Amino acid sequence: MTAVQENGKQARRRAAMAVLSHSDAAEIASRLEAMAVPVYENLREPENGLVMVRGRIGGDGAPFNLGEATVSRAAVRLSTGELGFGYTLGRDRQKARMIALCDALVQSDEFAGAVESQVIAPLRTRMISERNRTAAETAATRVDFYTLVRGEG
Amino acid sequence: MTTVAELPAGFADKVLSAQSTFRSVMDAMARPGSVQRIAAAAGVPAAMMRGTAAIALTLFDHDTPLWLDPSMSATSDVTKWLKFHTGAPVIADSSICSFALIGDARSLPSLDRFAFGSNEYPDRSTTLVLQVESLTQGPSIELRGPGIDGVAVLRAAIQPADLFERLKINQTLFPRGIDVVLVADDTIVAIPRTTRLVAKGG
Repeated sequence: MTAVQENGKQARRRAAMAVLSHSDAAEIASRLEAMAVPVYENLREPENGLVMVRGRIGGDGAPFNLGEATVSRAAVRLSTGELGFGYTLGRDRQKARMIALCDALVQSDEFAGAVESQVIAPLRTRMISERNRTAAETAATRVDFYTLVRGEG
Repeated sequence: MTTVAELPAGFADKVLSAQSTFRSVMDAMARPGSVQRIAAAAGVPAAMMRGTAAIALTLFDHDTPLWLDPSMSATSDVTKWLKFHTGAPVIADSSICSFALIGDARSLPSLDRFAFGSNEYPDRSTTLVLQVESLTQGPSIELRGPGIDGVAVLRAAIQPADLFERLKINQTLFPRGIDVVLVADDTIVAIPRTTRLVAKGG
């Protein structure tokens, strides 16, 4: 596999992960149910854990430990050999497993198209419209402050 | 990047499998010479026995440096599997490892290449996990020590043949020393540092 192809695949996986981790578990489940999912095995059973979240003041200050966050992770392997990994904030283990499954499907030549069109694309549309709606709602309540210059006399 | 790899799975039920394996290892350590069975099922890399894999998944983590003998590290399978499932660092220096996995017990290196711990911290020693042919058939070995009522008789085909002669260093080193876990398929026998060989039969 050439480096370009490899980078393309990585970008696709990254894009899928960005959508899936922000989506609702029930929705991923219902969309996955609708498509024909191949046989897979749990390489790493879904589990909960903690990660240390680090931050930088102002985005470029010295790093500090902000606090711990709960994450769930899982890894699956399709019968054809693709490995999928799933990480998500929170304690929803099934969501982590479904994300791992989607990650594996995105890499498989056979299922990449189906999972993109039936699962990821609809979720992405929904995520974007939801974001736009929130942004619009927030924008509607915006207040512009003017500094009034005290007039003379 | 690994996309297609033959990486065997870990425990199907992490918590219960790890608990039952821990119990087996603890019982084996408490009753030296007794044969314990490991019931938990897990995927196993080619060079490993079932018991070794279960012990690895139960006892190893990022705080336990591991040393692998040449038969274990011949292919990267075992290292990859251990790294993925346990996160334990595999190191080249056997004198600071917490566990040493010996796939081919015949070529067990000299014991002084492993950690004996210190008098203040005798627990900072290496535990050898030795894969042997059989723990139910073979020449009889009589053992004595704490945890054994009288004499325990073990019938086992153990390599290297002079294992117990080598373990005599535990007598002089105490409280420092080396603990050994013998594994044959899914059965284990522990030889902690306090156990002494009484007699060896045919």
